[in-house]
Amino acid sequence: MSVAIEVQHLTKRYRQTVAVDDVSFSIEKDTIYGLLGRNGAGKTTVMSMLTAQNFATSGQIRVFGEHPYENARVLQRMCFVRESQKYPDDALPRHAFGTARLFFPNWDQALADRLVDEFQLPMKKTIKKLSRGQLSAVGVIIGLASRAEITFFDEPYLGLDAVARQIFYDRLIEDYSEHPRTIILSSHLIDEVANLLERVLVIDGGRIVLDERTDDIRDRAANIVGESRAVDAFVAGREVIHRESLGRVSSVTVLGTLSAEDHRQLSAAGLDVTPVSLQQLIVRTTQHAAESAPATTGEPADIDEGALR
Amino acid sequence: MIEEGRALFLQIAESIEDQIVDGSLAEESQAPSTNELAAFYRINPATAAKGVSMLVEKGVLYKRRGIGMFVAPGSRDRVLETRRGVFSDRYLEPLLAEARRLGLGPDDLVALIRERADRTESAPAERSAP
Repeated sequence: MSVAIEVQHLTKRYRQTVAVDDVSFSIEKDTIYGLLGRNGAGKTTVMSMLTAQNFATSGQIRVFGEHPYENARVLQRMCFVRESQKYPDDALPRHAFGTARLFFPNWDQALADRLVDEFQLPMKKTIKKLSRGQLSAVGVIIGLASRAEITFFDEPYLGLDAVARQIFYDRLIEDYSEHPRTIILSSHLIDEVANLLERVLVIDGGRIVLDERTDDIRDRAANIVGESRAVDAFVAGREVIHRESLGRVSSVTVLGTLSAEDHRQLSAAGLDVTPVSLQQLIVRTTQHAAESAPATTGEPADIDEGALR
Repeated sequence: MIEEGRALFLQIAESIEDQIVDGSLAEESQAPSTNELAAFYRINPATAAKGVSMLVEKGVLYKRRGIGMFVAPGSRDRVLETRRGVFSDRYLEPLLAEARRLGLGPDDLVALIRERADRTESAPAERSAP
């Protein structure tokens, strides 16, 4: 696999706050990544540094082997669809698309036109007067039709309803199949995008806590459910990342792939195994990390399952 | 259609095998392409490709250069044989575990299975949509 982006010891500090803390990772070419994490975890900061819209305090960034800052050769191969993209007051969607067409060498106008129809984007209104969902559609259309070699989608779905989000996911998979490229998708709707992602980067408190193939993650954890004593006996010596009890029944999330022998033991003990969704696993991993590192500053750790939704 | 928590590429491979078993994908016919599978199941094409290449390794599918993947001759029998091999672990084990919990012995189970099978056979054949 060749590498599209290489990051070493990347740090971003704003006065006292460390937004990104000595992070190293690489992004493979022609792969769809999920960049996941809670609000304020550092996702947008990382993406804006990779696209040269923000300066790193320290560390190295290489995009296609080159430094991205003020480097037009590299920048025209990257598209960053941000949640809070600003447009001039009198701009119509067609102006935004026209600019993108000039900037991105692989721009596909036919794809853009088709997406405008599918998202039913009003072309006569200024962007300023569009609804939140329509504004998101403008970003999604630019992100897809630019066919940039690296495309960042930072929470691209705000205000998009379920139907419009499904159009986005379907067109993304379709166009990516025909024109493979590197996609980095930051999202809170983990369950919705889980199947689209080939790899997952989870960022928590400015650090990368998980960098893995989505397929491998699925086998990494399981919930063991049943009578508390039997559950405790089975999970003894395993890494437990979550535990809940109701009366005499416990549900415990353990890390590690279960062997055939484990499954025999479980069924002999009358215990059930339920799968852990990517979303659950990420919520629990970030919770677990926060608990085992009590020195974290910032927001109180009042996370629950809904917090990432 | 896709269940959470089990490796997706295995589910893709199984869905193709299901079609071979029920005959909707005949031997020597062309299997769906990676991109078709990705679009249909709404999954990453790399995952679909992994499921397809697993079936190639097992000899269920084979590649015709420049055209695509085809169902290998004799693959239906091979898939059936493998499935029968894992049937006991996959279906009987959980059945027996639940039966134990409910206090049903093997003889009770046999009787229940007979009764249910007779009823199903006398009723018009029902099949769930593929």
